[in-house]
Amino acid sequence: MEISLSINGGVRSFDVEPRTLLVHLLRDEAGLTGTHIACETTTCGACTVLMDGQAVKSCTVLAVQADGAEVTTIEGLAENGKLHPLQEQFWEKHGLQCGFCTPGMILTAAQLLERNSDPSEEEIRHGIEGNLCRCTGYEHIVDAIQAAAADMKK
Amino acid sequence: MAKAPEAPKFIGSPIKRRDDPRLIQGLAHYVDDIQLPDTLHLAIVRSPYGSAAIKGVDTSKAEEAPGVVAVYTAADLAGKIGPVPVAGLVPDAKVPTQPILASDQAKFAGEPVAAVVADSRYGASDAANLIEVDYEARDAVVDLEKAALPGSPKVHDEYDDNIAFKWQLAAGDVDKGLKEADVVVKQRIVNGRVAPIALEPRGVVAHYLPGEDKMTIWTSTQVPHKVRTFVAGQIGMNENRVRVITPEVGGGFGSKLNIYREEALTAYITRELGLPVKWIESRSENFLATIHGRGQVGEVEMGLMKDGTVTTVRYKVLADCGAYYQLLTVAIFTLTGLMLPGPYKIQNVDTDVTGVFTNKIATDAYRGAGRPEATYVLERMMDIAAAELGMDPAELRRKNFPDKSEFPFPTAAGLSYDSGDYHLTLDKALENADYADMRREQEEGRKNGRYLGVGLSTYVEICGMGPSAAMGGQGWESARVRVEPGGKVTVFSGASPHGQGQETTFAQIVADGLGVPVEDVEVIHGDTDSVPFGVGTFGSRGTAVGGAAVVIARDKVRDKMAKFAAMKFEAAASDIDFAGGKVFVGSAPEKSADFAEIAAMAYTAVPLPPDTEPGLEETHFFEPPNFTFPFGAHVVLVEVDPETGVVKILRYIAVDDVGNIINPLLVEGQIHGGIAQGTGQALEEEMLYDSGGQPINASLMHYALPKSTLLPRMELESTVTPTDVNPLGAKGVGEAGTIGSTPAVVNAVIDALSPFGVRHIDMPVRPERIWRATAEKRA
Ligand code: FES
Ligand code: FES
Repeated sequence: MEISLSINGGVRSFDVEPRTLLVHLLRDEAGLTGTHIACETTTCGACTVLMDGQAVKSCTVLAVQADGAEVTTIEGLAENGKLHPLQEQFWEKHGLQCGFCTPGMILTAAQLLERNSDPSEEEIRHGIEGNLCRCTGYEHIVDAIQAAAADMKK
Repeated sequence: MAKAPEAPKFIGSPIKRRDDPRLIQGLAHYVDDIQLPDTLHLAIVRSPYGSAAIKGVDTSKAEEAPGVVAVYTAADLAGKIGPVPVAGLVPDAKVPTQPILASDQAKFAGEPVAAVVADSRYGASDAANLIEVDYEARDAVVDLEKAALPGSPKVHDEYDDNIAFKWQLAAGDVDKGLKEADVVVKQRIVNGRVAPIALEPRGVVAHYLPGEDKMTIWTSTQVPHKVRTFVAGQIGMNENRVRVITPEVGGGFGSKLNIYREEALTAYITRELGLPVKWIESRSENFLATIHGRGQVGEVEMGLMKDGTVTTVRYKVLADCGAYYQLLTVAIFTLTGLMLPGPYKIQNVDTDVTGVFTNKIATDAYRGAGRPEATYVLERMMDIAAAELGMDPAELRRKNFPDKSEFPFPTAAGLSYDSGDYHLTLDKALENADYADMRREQEEGRKNGRYLGVGLSTYVEICGMGPSAAMGGQGWESARVRVEPGGKVTVFSGASPHGQGQETTFAQIVADGLGVPVEDVEVIHGDTDSVPFGVGTFGSRGTAVGGAAVVIARDKVRDKMAKFAAMKFEAAASDIDFAGGKVFVGSAPEKSADFAEIAAMAYTAVPLPPDTEPGLEETHFFEPPNFTFPFGAHVVLVEVDPETGVVKILRYIAVDDVGNIINPLLVEGQIHGGIAQGTGQALEEEMLYDSGGQPINASLMHYALPKSTLLPRMELESTVTPTDVNPLGAKGVGEAGTIGSTPAVVNAVIDALSPFGVRHIDMPVRPERIWRATAEKRA
């Protein structure tokens, strides 16, 4: 099937099998391998991308469902070479170790801050509950999101 | 007189990680991100049975499926790929041969039976579904204790029973100790199987170039050189024709300290077919076919005197090996024996291990690997004993610590603990927790039907693996440091970090010694064609052993550079100093040159300084004289609702001592992650099987991985008791959190339930178990 969608600001067209998952389209067809797969069952959030501004788990979205949508992946978060405040703070606060959960975690956090610009620690912990990290114990991730929230208000 | 340049100190600073920019922008490359043109995709057909005879495999439909290039069964591979390697065995262990594909019998659910190669990911998995295997189910050996009984169904027909090995480590006189003890406490303790779950599953890309006779394997591993040596052997290539690259590795926790079937299989197939081949593990395959950790069921006896002196511990334990060993399956259980005395002056110890085959994937190294099991058993028993004696659990622990003046401390298990101050970490932890206050609050709460529990654990662990003599070889680590002609510095490490951050900490170490900015130091690892032969990253050895090698290689280069500077300044090499990007004469700092100028000189100078070769590149293989022994104390406050069994962790306090700290930010991260992992095992994590040996929670929907809401903000502190085992004085921090946390959390829950007469509940301490344990008293 022919679909076309905007990925990180550029419109691209693909001919896909109807069953193709969005995550495979992004990784294997569009060559954007920053979106990871760690569970295939909508549980870990490693594959999170923004679709029309909503954080979705791209392992359970069909590519055809993204036809006409605007998709932002981790590769598209920095603007004109300037890191997004969340990226800056994940770096600053040591919010990642192996980094495999990180792209999904950052995009989930981006939506969280979009909806609540001043989240409490508890709100952050609940907000990222659908994203699993095996390395960090989450505490530095929480710190990073809090600090990014403060930066974004400046 | 000119002033010597200021030397910024990088070691000890919370420097941001150098690897992060690529990771936070999605620009890093994990194995599945390696996309070579014309790559073929490999999918594997796995047994759905714990135990089954394989009566036939029909591949005809798969062979005709679109895009399929090749299909393999055991018959196709007979004699072509060697079995999966094992090491770290004990005498008289039965060692079953682990094939690449099962031929007449499948021995665990998830065991590979056939393989399909197709030109697309989806095509390979479609075709795998078309392979028809005729299985005849057999009685599966699932329960560890039943498996050890005579007359149990067998995992391997060729053996008389399921007993894989026996190993004992006894010292002192345990029988006498128990007889003469004033109090003996006994408990059966289960340490269940857990899944490591590195967030990135395993994966392999292999590409063979026939003209060059060169095999390149990208694999998600902690031990690239081991993969190279073993896989080369398995597929009959010389190891110097094989290059193993670990691109970004998304976590390991011991699960990638192994040589797995898929590595040799993928390499073999690419050589057969002449195109790159990729295999990426799915999460369900990861649960089925990547090693698990722990898996011990034991009877513990502890003997004490009235004053609280612990004289004796006996641990008679069944160890769940799974069907086939992986690399270090057997060795892991021996670490439990070595650490059984823990941080206490216990004179009589006996660890009596019986390894048992079951129809499951192997157990092997999982964060802590054998030590968390020892610590858990010991710390649970300390609490049970304290209750029996009516002593405060903190007091009982204190009573049995060696004093800091007694280090190096020889243990009954035959180790020499390098350095320690166990009173200090416990005192600080209790102080930070406001222990007396916690106890008061608990008292108060109980009056109002609120059940608070305070849990303690004090631990020592064995790290910096380790002296080669004690490890059966390959306990060293390598490093090469090169000062480039332009003045930048490149470090090549044999360690293979995968999230620990040594690209940063090694740069800190080198920048300090050479007086250059940390940004000027590049750290290369995980490519067997560019780094010196290495051992890898596991057992909290990356910094303690790998970092020590970096220090010594750095100093060799520095000494050599000093000779060139000495020639230039007509000074003694011993008077040359390095700081602030300058190389200068210590006693006459006005005689100074840019670091880059002296670097260039080493590649161009004519004539050379006497007895000096050109170039600035030095290698060191560091052989540690001993292990290192980090230690600490954790205190946990929980609230348990006996009606629902729900546990809420209210506070988590930890004081850990990992020796000198290179980067406090990274140390904190390691402790955080370790505590979350250990707490996961305490409260939630466990692999569950049905009677046929099929795991019933082999997905992240069903296996309870800790989430962001499990723990409160952790209250951490470090004390610093350096080790003299290596020149950094660092002990290693990878596993401390996991080891300290599991018993502290369980102890807290049991403490909360003491009004209900609860003395022990096995992990994971799930709500249902709590609810059952308190049922009688609640009624
Ligand atoms: S891979 Fe999509 S949620 Fe885990
Ligand atoms: S950083 Fe490794 S899973 Fe989150």
